[in-house]
Amino acid sequence: MEIDYLALSPELTVAATLVGVLALDLAVPRRLKFLTAVVAIVGVSFAALPLVVMAVRGFDRVLFSGSFVVDDFALVLKGLFIVGAYLVLLMSVSYIEGDRYYQGEYYFLILSSLLGSLVMASARDLIVLFVGLELVTGPLFLLTGWRKGDVKSNESSLKFFIIGVLSTAILLYGMSMLYGLTGSVVFVDIAAAAPSLVREPAFVLATLFCFIGFGFKVSAVPFHFWAPDTYEGAPTPVTAYLSVNSAASGFVGLLVLAYLALPGAAQIWAPAIWVLSALSMTVGNLSALRQSNIVRLLAYSSIAQAGFMLVPFAAAAVAGTDLGEAFSATVVYLVIYALMNLGAFAVVIAAMKKTGTGDLDGWAGLGSYDSRLGVMASVFFLSLAGLPPLAGWFAKFVMFRSVIVAGGVTTVVLAVIAAVNAVIAFYYYARVVKAVWFDPAPAVVIGDRHAKTSGSLVLAMTIAVVVTLIVGVFPQLSAVFGEATRVVVAGG
Amino acid sequence: MDWFENGGALSLIVFLPVIGAMVLLAIPKANETAIKAWALFVSLVTFIVSVGVAAAFDFGDTSRFQFAVDRSWIAAIGARYHVGVDGISLPLLALSTFLVVLSIVYSWNHWDEPRNPKGFLALLLILATGMNGTFVALDLVLFFIFFELVLVPMYFMIGIWGDKTPRTIPGFSRQIETRLYAAIKFFIFTLFGSAFMLLGFLALYFRSGPANGGTRTFDIPTLIDLGAQGAFTGRFAWLVFGAMFLGFAVKVPMWPFHTWLPDAHTAAPTVGSVLLAAILLKLGSYGFVRISIPILPETAKIWAPAIAILAVIGIIYGSLACLAQTDMKRLIAFSSVGHMGFVMLGIATLTDVGINAAIIGMVAHGLITGLLFFLAGSLSHRYHTREMARLGGNLKLMPILGGIFGFTAFASLGLPGLAGFWGEFMALLGSYNPLSGLSLGVFRTSMVLGAIGTVLTAGYMLWMLQKVNLGEPKEEWAGHTFHDVDRYELMAWAPLIVLIVAVGVFPRLVLGATTEAVTSLVARAFGA
Repeated sequence: MEIDYLALSPELTVAATLVGVLALDLAVPRRLKFLTAVVAIVGVSFAALPLVVMAVRGFDRVLFSGSFVVDDFALVLKGLFIVGAYLVLLMSVSYIEGDRYYQGEYYFLILSSLLGSLVMASARDLIVLFVGLELVTGPLFLLTGWRKGDVKSNESSLKFFIIGVLSTAILLYGMSMLYGLTGSVVFVDIAAAAPSLVREPAFVLATLFCFIGFGFKVSAVPFHFWAPDTYEGAPTPVTAYLSVNSAASGFVGLLVLAYLALPGAAQIWAPAIWVLSALSMTVGNLSALRQSNIVRLLAYSSIAQAGFMLVPFAAAAVAGTDLGEAFSATVVYLVIYALMNLGAFAVVIAAMKKTGTGDLDGWAGLGSYDSRLGVMASVFFLSLAGLPPLAGWFAKFVMFRSVIVAGGVTTVVLAVIAAVNAVIAFYYYARVVKAVWFDPAPAVVIGDRHAKTSGSLVLAMTIAVVVTLIVGVFPQLSAVFGEATRVVVAGG
Repeated sequence: MDWFENGGALSLIVFLPVIGAMVLLAIPKANETAIKAWALFVSLVTFIVSVGVAAAFDFGDTSRFQFAVDRSWIAAIGARYHVGVDGISLPLLALSTFLVVLSIVYSWNHWDEPRNPKGFLALLLILATGMNGTFVALDLVLFFIFFELVLVPMYFMIGIWGDKTPRTIPGFSRQIETRLYAAIKFFIFTLFGSAFMLLGFLALYFRSGPANGGTRTFDIPTLIDLGAQGAFTGRFAWLVFGAMFLGFAVKVPMWPFHTWLPDAHTAAPTVGSVLLAAILLKLGSYGFVRISIPILPETAKIWAPAIAILAVIGIIYGSLACLAQTDMKRLIAFSSVGHMGFVMLGIATLTDVGINAAIIGMVAHGLITGLLFFLAGSLSHRYHTREMARLGGNLKLMPILGGIFGFTAFASLGLPGLAGFWGEFMALLGSYNPLSGLSLGVFRTSMVLGAIGTVLTAGYMLWMLQKVNLGEPKEEWAGHTFHDVDRYELMAWAPLIVLIVAVGVFPRLVLGATTEAVTSLVARAFGA
């Protein structure tokens, strides 16, 4: 079989890098372990190059008899995963160095997880999708428990593992039933067989199982219980990775499954997702209101944001044949959310070093002794709240647009629920801003106010802040991703 | 000067302040004079450009959008960078650029704690971009962006420089500083309204396709044309009007959505209160005139009586609430509820008299209440209290300041010959004879109640003057020396005083720009 190496080159680059990191870790003495980080970051940067080449060339390839496809959707999502991992690596450098152990393994595991995400973006059959998903999640079981001495980290890892295994079992069960009913694992064939099966109870069950499995991955309510504890206990860069790359992988799974494999079964999954979406937004936001710990707040915020990202799915059922609108809305939301949320986590890492606490009260007056960090915090949290002219507004805008344009009563009701939730969400994001700027700094600070923020962290924040501002003013820059991916659904 | 005519001027007015704010951030904090001078320079240039726009404006054709530019902005959703001014937006735009200059002049040596001129002026300039942008935007998405952009700087202004008195909020045991409560309340209220407003905009966009030859659009002039042709009707239009009503009515604010206003205005630093009252409130009423009524004329007829009733409740309620205040600044804040009630009553009549009344009322309220908040700020700066019970005999202690205060209060109660008169008078006149088809009973009752409101307005304004200005100074101030107005105050206030008189004796200053534009708006929406 002819293998198209250019099409596979992002995956191959990451795979080579992770092997390189592992080898280097064995070879160098402890004081040079930071080199593993350098290699990882450089390797990930190089993995982005072939994406650019393929995007410019207008590259569309189908490999391995339709199981692995490189189209615009795959390219956009791979780009997102690589940029996300790149920023997480930048955030990790000083954090992991400070912990003093297992540097090489840490980067190896992050890269493995990234490799899984890249595979998922191209997966067009159930088996590749499943293998990719497991590769994403497996390393994260270890990474969440990275701080061995910390009880919370252990709890975090164990919870994540148990829920992860459970959700995998449900997903795999659903997939096996799908295969049994349709006789194929390839999405195109499943899509062809689906319309005649929608009245079959087993098929309904299989569809719901698949969506519940991914519901766990994107931490949609009521499958979200693991998220706050896992987020809080895990090392913060890993939390950032969980809430962005790992959640995005879950969404990729949902997207391809819903729009490429089961578009004909929209009447089954769309109502289910309507409920998930409304619940996630409402429960996530209301719970976030009560949080005093910044990471837990972001955990609930991630749950709520997942709810917002699910809104377009629910609209798809009413939209009938034109699924592109809903599909591209979720993709655009995902891209913007990833960047601003990573920025928020970078701020959290920097601020925790200065304030010595993840408690929001301890952040009081941060703006008075580090105004730059204060401005960054305001930009990211207000962007998450969806205020123009920061990038978040456009994400919310396309989300609202997809439901209103679908134009049914149920979708308008969901839009109203989302609108109310957007207001609720503002309150807790504003609490962060209030602590940073409005509250007076406490006299005694646990952390070191004059701690220097490491260069790599500053770089990560700067990239995120620049993108947040530019995309906010010229949203067309992110909209093109959505437009590009729309074709995938229209063609399929 | 082609670029000036073809959108360059308006883009300058909108974006110069925010670019100025970015540059300002690069000036070291220690160099306060440079920071202030730069901010003043930027605002002056913006103002001068807006004067240039007014000078080059073709007053023979005020219903046309002049200085317009229409460029592709977000192709994916069909949102365009479309800006322009007509006779309706020109006076408001000029008011906005002018008040920013005055605010910076006043700020020169008046800082609320914790000072920090750099942060404050940067926010002020960002605010200016939001305000100017809203008045020139001719695309719903662009309008929405600027409408929202205004919130953030004002939130920070109230939250950081606002009133630090602790207070107890009903239902909460813990005390909280007024500024924190007022800032978040202001934001949540407005955001709630604008979230629904956005849904309304999207719904218009969704429906505009079939009528517009298949192309959906956010373009306001296009939507106005479609609306005039009857593209949006029935329950759909009713819901869309309602959604947009929520957004605009909270901003105005109309009773019963007004509760954020007294808190925000009272807690905000002086300049914040001035701009809140003078400009931010107008964004809401402007939205009705620019968007709701011309795009959904038939539905506006259904909503008009309800708006009129709410407006009149606002007038009466605002006036009565004023009479119950002990805090001078809070009294002035509540007076805005009443004055904006007259503006909304004028709009609700859907006649050219009424809408003209609304616009001149907005400008007058901006000048007068802006000045009142300046004065209230300066007074409380000197007395360190706003409790009217502790004030008195101000005319004896500070004759000039007291004199200006008296003048402004008279302007506010609608004394003929001063700016405030025209808006109230014409609004009442308009509601005697509303658009044909509207319930005469509702509007004429509104007129009578509104007229009673003007009496109440005179009542509380005179009551405030009596408490603050007249009588003998209280004993606690014996031995204090108060410095009367300083030159920065005079420089900031004198232009406002001149304009209040000028608009009062020569309303054509405003009506000359608006009349034809309003007539054509009404004619297009409701037939001649």
